[in-house]
Amino acid sequence: MSEHSRIGVIRDINGPIVTIDLPGIRNGEQVKIGELGLFGEVIALSGQQAIVQTYESTDGVRPGEPAIGLGWPLSVELGPGLLGGIFDGVQRPLEKIALQSGDYIRRGLDVPALDRARTWEFEPNAELELGAQVGPGTVLGTVPETQTITHRVLVPPGVSGELQEIAPAGDYELEATIARVRGAAGQSHRLKLYHRWPVRKPRPYAKRDDGISPLITGQRVIDTFFPQLKGGKGAVPGPFGAGKTVVQQQIARWSNADIVIYVGCGERGNELVDVLETFPQLDDPYTGRKLMERTLLVANTSNMPVVAREASVYVGMTMAEYYRDMGYDVVMLADSTSRWAEALREVSGRLGQMPVEEGYPAYLASRLAAVYERAGRVQTHGAGSGSVTLIGAVSPPGGDFSEPVTSHTKDIIETFWALSKELADARHYPSIDWVTSFSAHVHTAAQWWAAEVDRGWERRRGEALALLARDAELSRIVNLVGPEALSSAQRWELEGAALIKEAVLQQSALDEVDTFCSPQKQFALLDLALGIYDMGAALVGMGVPVQELQGLPLLAKTRRCKSMYSSEQLEKIAELRADVEQEFENIRLEYARQGEHAQ
Amino acid sequence: MSVKEYRTAAEARGGLLIMRATPGVAFGDRVQIEDHSGTRRNGQVIRSSDEEVLVLVFEGTDDLDLEDTWVRFLDEPVEIALSPELLGRVFNGLGAPRDDRPPILSNIRRAVAGSAINPAARTYPREFIQTGVSTIDGLNSLVRGQKLPIFSGSGLPHNRLAAQIVRQAKLKDEDSSFSIVFAAMGVSYADAKFFQDEFASSGVLRNVVMFINLADDPPVERLTLPRTALTAAEYLAYDLDRHVLVVMTDMTYYAEALREVATAKGDVPARKGYPGYLYSDLAEIYERCGRIHERHGSITMMPVVSMPSDDITHPIPDLTGYITEGQIVLSRELHNQGVYPPVHISPSLSRLMKDGIGKDDTREDHPRVAAQLYALYARALETRNLASIIGADELSERDRRYLKFADAFDERFVGQGEAEDRSIEATLNLAWELMSMFPRDTLTRMSETDLAKHYQGSD
Repeated sequence: MSEHSRIGVIRDINGPIVTIDLPGIRNGEQVKIGELGLFGEVIALSGQQAIVQTYESTDGVRPGEPAIGLGWPLSVELGPGLLGGIFDGVQRPLEKIALQSGDYIRRGLDVPALDRARTWEFEPNAELELGAQVGPGTVLGTVPETQTITHRVLVPPGVSGELQEIAPAGDYELEATIARVRGAAGQSHRLKLYHRWPVRKPRPYAKRDDGISPLITGQRVIDTFFPQLKGGKGAVPGPFGAGKTVVQQQIARWSNADIVIYVGCGERGNELVDVLETFPQLDDPYTGRKLMERTLLVANTSNMPVVAREASVYVGMTMAEYYRDMGYDVVMLADSTSRWAEALREVSGRLGQMPVEEGYPAYLASRLAAVYERAGRVQTHGAGSGSVTLIGAVSPPGGDFSEPVTSHTKDIIETFWALSKELADARHYPSIDWVTSFSAHVHTAAQWWAAEVDRGWERRRGEALALLARDAELSRIVNLVGPEALSSAQRWELEGAALIKEAVLQQSALDEVDTFCSPQKQFALLDLALGIYDMGAALVGMGVPVQELQGLPLLAKTRRCKSMYSSEQLEKIAELRADVEQEFENIRLEYARQGEHAQ
Repeated sequence: MSVKEYRTAAEARGGLLIMRATPGVAFGDRVQIEDHSGTRRNGQVIRSSDEEVLVLVFEGTDDLDLEDTWVRFLDEPVEIALSPELLGRVFNGLGAPRDDRPPILSNIRRAVAGSAINPAARTYPREFIQTGVSTIDGLNSLVRGQKLPIFSGSGLPHNRLAAQIVRQAKLKDEDSSFSIVFAAMGVSYADAKFFQDEFASSGVLRNVVMFINLADDPPVERLTLPRTALTAAEYLAYDLDRHVLVVMTDMTYYAEALREVATAKGDVPARKGYPGYLYSDLAEIYERCGRIHERHGSITMMPVVSMPSDDITHPIPDLTGYITEGQIVLSRELHNQGVYPPVHISPSLSRLMKDGIGKDDTREDHPRVAAQLYALYARALETRNLASIIGADELSERDRRYLKFADAFDERFVGQGEAEDRSIEATLNLAWELMSMFPRDTLTRMSETDLAKHYQGSD
């Protein structure tokens, strides 16, 4: 309890919404409710009374019990020790809670996020001298948080002045003083390895930058067709069963970000456990170390209190911004933002606010936009350039993309990976629909691809999408009048599109080889499939029957190529390509000979 | 605080009793109500302030008057008594006997509301359960600790399928059977009787606890029934180390009861009149299933959800699908063609299948067989649509093969006897028999090794 704390009285309990009498309390302030000490947050004030949303079940709470205002808004602890952790929606460490309260989460537990007893090896910044002027973002020193991530200890926002004292290299606990700064007004700031930050307030930065390089996820349909930039914002909408969670988990596993924050917001307990159990086993493809060393999980399962679900997205975002401020590229995955929006709806419903669309409050769109806007690539105050990429899963009711959460999200984001029920039903995974998905970053990404992989990337990508679009059109005709109505060239187009779908777009997360695909391999596969189409089209033009080409064993081999050769075996794909070229050339020669013969 | 008793109520409507000037009542507490005839009813506090307390009356508010009604706030949560004696018994939604036998006496009493399992304490479910039904075992495998609902429609044989699964479910290579918790909400007498007879005739009755609220019982009681049943399931699983299979039927009636009370309370409706908290409320029920570290027992759940007008996008199946780990969808079309069980595999899914099948659990080729069958069937259904427009004669030979496959698949793979208990090997062998209708090169999802080992086609 701080010196600011004040005591009031509970008046009314309506599920998670509690009304208290506590004059002078502020909007957004944290409150401890009742004898159980449940945590909550003030969301509205009215005269003497404050309306509090509680993060825990209010069963057993009575009117007349005390309510204590804590004097600060919902905040998180930011310091070394976050990585590898599993937190609930209000940043309580779930593993420590399990030690204290067993298999079920007891109410009223007050466990700090960061371990106070653990010591960290602090190395002061050699360039700093006593008496220097420091400000927000100045690097005070570093701590090796994990084997792969060096934690930069920065002067927190809001503190600046003359450096009076800095701790020498050594092991320190979180509460130890590592620096003292005297402000302009003469006040002294004691800085520790950690500080607190209110989650609903975006952390400051120097200036915003445009994204320049794509986030490589190792997923062909994403990287090659609908690329995302580091610092971008994207959404993965899809009905249940379409594979949202797998797409998100694949990004968490394979993306080339420095830090991954996975927020399971109102999701399935068993699926979260899958993440909790498998991530510690997985190796980071870029560093070879354990994936958990760069990962942090926020877990609010669907049966945990709804208000903590609303908070979890902000809690995750604030931690993402914290690592961004150190100059890292952070990816935050929120699964699912629809559950977050429903939590808003639930609370607004309890408050009796006027609903607008499907029961959602009028502020849905602005809240969504405000969350997504916290993503971006920025110049930080001291550590150079950092980014937060936000990818939100959206779970539209009935798979209807016109519902409020999906449509408002679509207005804000830059990359839209629309999952399709039809594709998922045919077990075409990832079921990202190439017709309705889009990316606003293709042009920027093309510069990277041209420099790093192949100058033909943007053209080849366009050709593949055009072929897929013709395939959709021709399929409609086939469905109406049957395949006989198509010309040979058109039938070969269908075959080419099928090849793109099977050899390039489909990618199994469960296949050990194919689960990750390097940009080089992505391009090699795309170029191979398109190459076959081009060569075949020429042959069909010469009069070679489509059936003859369809039956080629090399086509079946091309379809399996993705899982036969890993990203390191590009030469094998080149060999296959040479074989294919040879075979087509043979057919061409043979056909030309037959033609001469007939003459 | 102690028991408080009041004589008068201020309002009674739609299952709610409103009390005025009854200060200090705890939210969620149990309430006892005695009407003018001396009959007792049960209730729960669902809103509490000094001025006004809302009591949900499980038996409903019919026939209550405001002057002559005693209301006792019992200063304890809604809870049930638990003991091994539960097995073989029948209770109502509050845990009171329905079988003319004495109530359970035990000093173990637990609040039915339950609390959330710490995700850090959970274990990922990965033990394959063989149900003997090909469409489930082969394509949508169930594992211990999973919640896999049956999405059905009125008149479809979901009860027969659920009963068949209860009869046949076992771990591969293990003989231990499940304890069964059966929760019936708003079902007809005939449906409840069907299950009772089923349990009796298959000799599992002593291993079953039933919680029953029939269609003509008070609907409000349906709100607490699944929670009561799951509290019993948790006791059987985690105190008595049993593997529990919870069958809940029908979640649609549960959700309708929730809507009824929400409307009476004046809650803001979200979709189709259902309250905005329907998702959270359903999650509180479904998420009580799973596996926990270092506990021997487990809870596997198979809720039945009947889709109003067969609409899978209706809020109840829709929200259920977002919480459960997949769904088994029954199809009226297959049913009308006489296929039992009429499982429509395309929209059916098991999310936990991937880690429960394969080399060490079922058979090496299983994951690929499932993927291949799905792909072939999807293509075959497209062909069937095409054939219905242009006629089967117009199809190419390749397409006609797909058509033949679709018919064989429906008849032989999907269709099976109600008493037919297929082993997973039998299911997979049957799959290969059907896949071998195609040339080898069509089976692109299979590995060369699989083809060498199992392919029976001619080329």
